[in-house]
Amino acid sequence: MKSVKIIKISAGNFSFWYGAMKALSGISMDIYENAVTGIIGPSGCGKSTFLRSINRMNDLIRGSRADGAMLLDGKNIFEPDVDVVELRRRVGMVFQRSNPFPKTIFDNVAYGLRVNGIKDRNYIAAKVEKSLKDAALWGEVKDRLRQNAFELSGGQQQRLCIARALAVEPEVLLMDEPASALDPTATLKVEELIHELKKKYAIIIVTHNMQQAARISDYTAFFMMGELVEYDQTTKIFTNPSKKITEEYITGRFG
Amino acid sequence: MIKRMKEKIIHGLFFLNGLLVIAALLGIFLLLIVTALPAFKEIRLSEFLFTAVWDPTSYARPSYGILAMLAGTLLVTCGALLIAVPIGIGTAAYLAEVASPRVREIAKPVVEVLAGIPSVVIGFLGIVLVGPFVARIFHTSNGLNALNGSVLLAIMALPTIISLSEDALNAVPVSFCEASLALGASRWQTVILVKIPAALSGIIASCMLGMGRAIGETMTVLMATGCAQAMPHSFIDPVRTLTATIAIELGEVAYGSTHYYALFAVGLALFIITFMVNLASDVILHKYQNVVK
Ligand SMILES: Nc1ncnc2c1ncn2[C@@H]1O[C@H](COP(=O)(O)OP(=O)(O)OP(=O)(O)O)[C@@H](O)[C@H]1O
Ligand SMILES: [Mg+2]
Repeated sequence: MKSVKIIKISAGNFSFWYGAMKALSGISMDIYENAVTGIIGPSGCGKSTFLRSINRMNDLIRGSRADGAMLLDGKNIFEPDVDVVELRRRVGMVFQRSNPFPKTIFDNVAYGLRVNGIKDRNYIAAKVEKSLKDAALWGEVKDRLRQNAFELSGGQQQRLCIARALAVEPEVLLMDEPASALDPTATLKVEELIHELKKKYAIIIVTHNMQQAARISDYTAFFMMGELVEYDQTTKIFTNPSKKITEEYITGRFG
Repeated sequence: MIKRMKEKIIHGLFFLNGLLVIAALLGIFLLLIVTALPAFKEIRLSEFLFTAVWDPTSYARPSYGILAMLAGTLLVTCGALLIAVPIGIGTAAYLAEVASPRVREIAKPVVEVLAGIPSVVIGFLGIVLVGPFVARIFHTSNGLNALNGSVLLAIMALPTIISLSEDALNAVPVSFCEASLALGASRWQTVILVKIPAALSGIIASCMLGMGRAIGETMTVLMATGCAQAMPHSFIDPVRTLTATIAIELGEVAYGSTHYYALFAVGLALFIITFMVNLASDVILHKYQNVVK
C-alpha cells in the first residue's frame, strides 16, 4: 500500500430510495485512487444500487431518489450543474448482467469511442484490439470481429463488456460481479487485468466470491440491508474484522 | 383422456381456421386472375403495361394503357412515405424518449383514434383544407394533385407508423440503453445508434403497414388528386391512381366486356405491386436481421 492515499470518491451519509423502499441508508465511505475496493454482502443488500449511484445510472429508474453526498474528486455528482454524460464518460461500468449491443464484436468495443467523437479509423482499430487483449478476449475473437456479439458465449460476452468499458479509458471502473459467468481461466485473466488496471484507475468491484474479494481488493466494504457494516483494508476485514456479523458472513456461517 | 381429446379438438379448430384463411386468400387471388385473363385476348400485354393512355370508352379505338396510372400511384405513395416515415419515426422517438409519462398516456390513444378516421373525411379535408393550401404555395389553379394526395395519405399512415414504431422502441431492452449511456453516449446518440437499430424490424413493419394502407387507399385519392388521365411530370400535376380508376369505372362498365376484364387486370396489377412490396420488405428485414440481430 502506498503511504499517500488519494481519495477518488467519497460517499457522505448517502441514502437511496426506490419509491418508498429505502435501499441504502447513510453510507459514508472513501474510495481511493489506484486501489481496488471490493463490495461484499448478501443478495439484495444494495451493492448494485451503490455502484449504480456512482455513475448515476439509477437516474433512469422512475421514482428513485438520492440523498446525501457522492463526491467525485471532491465534487458532488448529484448537484444540478453536473453533466451526467461527462460523468459517465469518466466513470465506466460493467453491469451485473452482461449486455452487449446487438451489433458486431468490433462495433461493440468501438461504440464508446465513436460516441465520444473519435473518427480516426486506425486509432479505433488499434484501441479495439488493445481493449480486447486487456479483457483477455482477443485470441478468441480476432478472426471474427465482424460477427454479431450475440453469437459469443456468456462468459465471452461478459469480457466483451469489460473491453467495451476499457476502450473509453474511464478514471473509475465500476464492476458488478464481472466474473460471475467466467470459467476459472478467464476469471484469473480478469483478475490479473484488474490488478493491472488499478495502476491507472480506481476500481470498485462487487463480488459474491470471498476468495476473489480477498485476492484482488485492497479495501473491502461489507454491506447488509442497505447499511455499511464495516469498511477497512481487506487484510483487516478477512483476518480480524471488528464486527462479529462480518466474520460470520465471510466464513459462511451467516444466517 | 378427456384432456387429450380436448387438445385434439382445439388443435383441429385452429387448423381449420388457418385453412379457411388460406383458402379465402387463394380464392380471391384465383378469382382475380381468372377474371383478369380474358382482357388479354383483346389487349396486348405490352400495350397494357407500357402505354400511358387509358380510354376504354372511345368509339374509334379504345386504349388500355396503365402506365400513367401506375406512375400516379407510385408518385402519390412514395410522396406519402417520404412525408410520413421521417415524421412518424420522429414522433415515435419523441413519445418514447422525451415525452413525460402524462403526455404519452394522452397522446398514444389520441394517435390511435386518428387511425380510425374514415377516408372520406380525410378526402374532404383534402378538398377544403390541404388542397387550397397546396394551391396557394405552388400557385396552381386548384390543389387537387399528387402532392395533395401524398399529404393526405401521409396523414392516414401516420397513426399506424407512430403507434407501432413507439411500441417497437419501447420493447428495446433497457439494458441496451444503460450500456450506451454508461459509455458516455448522450440520450439522442443512444436513441439513434442503439434504440432505433434494435427496433428496426418493428419500425420497418410499421412503415410497411402504413404504405399498404396508402397504396390500397381509394376514396381519399379519388377525391383529392384531381383524377387526370395524363402522365404526371411532377408532384403538383393532377394524377389518377389505379384504385381510383377501378372505383370510378367498375360501377358503370358492362359485365363481360373487355373494359370489365381490363379493370380486373388493373386490380391484379395492384395486387402484384403490394405483394412485391411486402416481399421486398421481408427480404430486406431478413438480410438486416442476419447482419445485426
Ligand atoms: N429498479 C428497482 N426498483 C425497485 N427496487 C429495486 C430496484 N433495483 C433494486 N431494488 C431493490 O433494492 C434492493 C437492493 O438491490 P440491489 O440490486 O442493490 O442488491 P444487490 O446487493 O446488488 O443484490 P445482488 O447481490 O443480488 O445483486 C433490493 O431489495 C431490491 O429489491
Ligand atoms: Mg447486484
